[in-house]
Amino acid sequence: MGKGWCLFFLFWPVAAVVSCAMAPMVGWSFPYDNAQAASNLGIRIDGLFYLILFVTAVVFVGTQAVLVYALWRGSSNRDERATCTHGNHKLELIWSIIPGVILLFLALYQMNLWADFRIKKFFPEAAVKAPIAEVTARQFEWRFRYPAIGKKLQPKPQADDLYSVNELHVPFGKPVMIQLRSEDVQHSFFLPALRIKQDALPGLQIPVWFEANKEGVYDLVCAELCGWGHYKMKAHVIVESEADYQNYLKNLTQQQFYDGLGKIAANENDSESEATEK
Amino acid sequence: MSVVHPSPTGLQPILKPQAHHAPGNFFTKYIFSTDHKIIAIQFLFTTLLMLIVGGALALAVRWQLAFPWESMPIVGPWLFSAEAGQISPEFYTMLFTMHATVMIFLVIIPILAGTFGNLLIPLMIGADDMAFPKLNMLSYWFIWPAIICFGMSFAYAGGPAAGWTAYPVLADLPQAAPGSGTAQTLWLLGVTFVGFSSMMGSINYMTTIINMRAPGMTFFRLPLTIWGLFITAILQAFALPVLTAGGFMQVTDRLLGTCFFYPSGLIINNADPTIGGGQPLLWQHLFWFYSHPAVYIMLLPVMGMISDMLSCMVRKPIFGYRPMIFSMSAIASLGFIVWGHHMFTSGMNPAVGMAFMVATMMIALPSAVKTFNWTATVWGGKVEFNTVTLNCIGFLSMFVVGGLSGIFMAAIPVDVYFHDTYFIVAHFHYVLFGATLFGVFAGIHFWFPKMFGRMMNEKLGKTHFLLTFIGANGTFFPMHFLGMQGMPRRYADPYLHGYLEHLLPMNQFMTISAILMGSAQILLFINIFYSMFFGPKAGRNPWNATTLEWTAPSPPPHGNFDEPPIVFHGPNEYAVHNGDKDFLMQTEKECEPPKPSDTEPENKDNDNQETSS
Repeated sequence: MGKGWCLFFLFWPVAAVVSCAMAPMVGWSFPYDNAQAASNLGIRIDGLFYLILFVTAVVFVGTQAVLVYALWRGSSNRDERATCTHGNHKLELIWSIIPGVILLFLALYQMNLWADFRIKKFFPEAAVKAPIAEVTARQFEWRFRYPAIGKKLQPKPQADDLYSVNELHVPFGKPVMIQLRSEDVQHSFFLPALRIKQDALPGLQIPVWFEANKEGVYDLVCAELCGWGHYKMKAHVIVESEADYQNYLKNLTQQQFYDGLGKIAANENDSESEATEK
Repeated sequence: MSVVHPSPTGLQPILKPQAHHAPGNFFTKYIFSTDHKIIAIQFLFTTLLMLIVGGALALAVRWQLAFPWESMPIVGPWLFSAEAGQISPEFYTMLFTMHATVMIFLVIIPILAGTFGNLLIPLMIGADDMAFPKLNMLSYWFIWPAIICFGMSFAYAGGPAAGWTAYPVLADLPQAAPGSGTAQTLWLLGVTFVGFSSMMGSINYMTTIINMRAPGMTFFRLPLTIWGLFITAILQAFALPVLTAGGFMQVTDRLLGTCFFYPSGLIINNADPTIGGGQPLLWQHLFWFYSHPAVYIMLLPVMGMISDMLSCMVRKPIFGYRPMIFSMSAIASLGFIVWGHHMFTSGMNPAVGMAFMVATMMIALPSAVKTFNWTATVWGGKVEFNTVTLNCIGFLSMFVVGGLSGIFMAAIPVDVYFHDTYFIVAHFHYVLFGATLFGVFAGIHFWFPKMFGRMMNEKLGKTHFLLTFIGANGTFFPMHFLGMQGMPRRYADPYLHGYLEHLLPMNQFMTISAILMGSAQILLFINIFYSMFFGPKAGRNPWNATTLEWTAPSPPPHGNFDEPPIVFHGPNEYAVHNGDKDFLMQTEKECEPPKPSDTEPENKDNDNQETSS
């Protein structure tokens, strides 16, 4: 019976490794059919993930194999007594130093990535100078405020700002920054495809930057419990070319300042022809 | 069978047997008992009852994730007749909030500190009872106001719906969540009561371990179980006041409008902007300053217990006794400076995150050392696969998974993606269910004879382990994949979002595994209640173990030992030559000189090490 239990304990690590190896093939890996992250930083994050996965997989398989082998040998041990040992200093040192070095390496290895990701000093300058939108989370929707075309985002809302709900448009191929805030409780701005997540804290305005590297419509969800409707904070981030993005802003301007008489009231830059098109 | 040396030179018993008055009637013997063993049994039955409650809540959560918005079978129509048996999103948030609350505050912490701490500390250090028996009794009875508060908040006042972490502003302002008016206040009150209970326990444990050890029981002769409980008690005593203070601040925020945790100008439910001046981040710091060490409060006692049980089951001394103690201390002290790793995405200054990251990475090191030492303990051992061994190995293999997934969490850029997704849920269920509960199951089977004087049923125990292990892995392993695909926690209906639509079958598989795991617990309860009355009688030392509790009768009488025990050496002397036995109890002075044919030089070397280092 002992051997049966050894096989039982052997089965689980094997099943774990097989299912992990299978995961990318059956769509259990990162979102959108295991596609690459839609941002360059995301690709680096995935790289770090796979590095850690490799290290942990080796340790996992190693320790489980040794454990099952020790059990197998131990269950067929017909001797009167087990081996008597209280420990071994050399072994203790080896298995403290090796994992220590690996962990320290992992810790230092990711410092740059983290700095580029979050520390404002390392943000791309262009993005910091011109945040493209202010994102306000509230129970249970996302609100976006863009500056008027050709203007800069101001901390306080301006008369000519553009607004949208649950749909954020951003251009791809260049770093963009948003200002994240919350109107009521704590939320979290989570863009799985871009590997971006940042809590929106009431009372704080938090800059978040990202650079989408391909066009697409990506889900934007809330990752911090914000009340009974937490699960239905559903929004999209639409990543499009610079031209499409500018078009979108123009359309938004027209919709927002259409006074019902066929004239654009607020934005002098727009020609009348565009207004009549509408 | 008990071997007590009457009066060795220089060692005088410090305790008088039967120092306490023996209990009189039924009431003082079984209800308001000051006997640590009865209190341990009270804790055991209370926490097992709560395990059923917490498990049922978990199954309700799983039901919703597998069959969203479908009528819950059997209990659904009865519980929510208005919604035709459906779980509403409001109720769903209460379900997972209370699942976590019950499991952490009413099951895992009290079953470890309350049950095993109470039962084992006096018995293993050779004391006749705790240092403060009445305080001990009080620490049990303070669990009940907590249960009543949690129960009332859940059943009568709408239910706390802000998660067990109670993050402000959601938990702080009554209008932020439906029905979280009085309920959240009651919840905070409940947490405070549990805190009082733990605090009284931890003071008692520290005092008892420091002051009441039997003669000869030096700190480095304490069983590792006691070390685990001792370090846990220290952690509790230093971390808990911070949570209690935070809890009081939140209560005054809610009742008096003190605004510690919310800034001005919030517009909630279209109500007027709040006055404020506080900061939600403050709560997170206070909360995690307790709740991160709490993770180790829920793990260190089990680590200690596993060390003793495993060593006994493979008939070998624990590999690296001192490194085991040092690694436990390292885990505890590092545990105090890593709380920030719960806050990598919180808006806290990102530069601080780096320091927390390095500390968190380093905490993996002592955990790794422990794992290696346990494996080395098994190596070369004589293994018999009984229920205790199986649960110990179950602990070991699930702890490895939970520990390794912790490394992903420590790496901040990866953690940012996994934060608040099911990957985290997988990680802590592997540690808290996989590791802690298997350790608890092993502990129940191992010390059951000492608690009730009877053995548990092996067949039932093995079947229970088999089904639980399969169910646990089937439930918790796929959570890693859910997390990778970006499924956030606490979603009543994740399938609303396009990129998560395809996850329904995986969730259904997990729910079926969870039901299997839940029903397997029925076997444990049958086993406990059947064996309590009809199990075969156990002698003093059914496992041929070495520590002091096995020198007392099973169950030990009031005052524990026939004669105060005297200790001569460390706790795990197995694989020795002691006549026809392969073990040496802590009260036995020395073994027979080994036959010249099988002398073991290693043994001598290490004895020297023990004394010199």
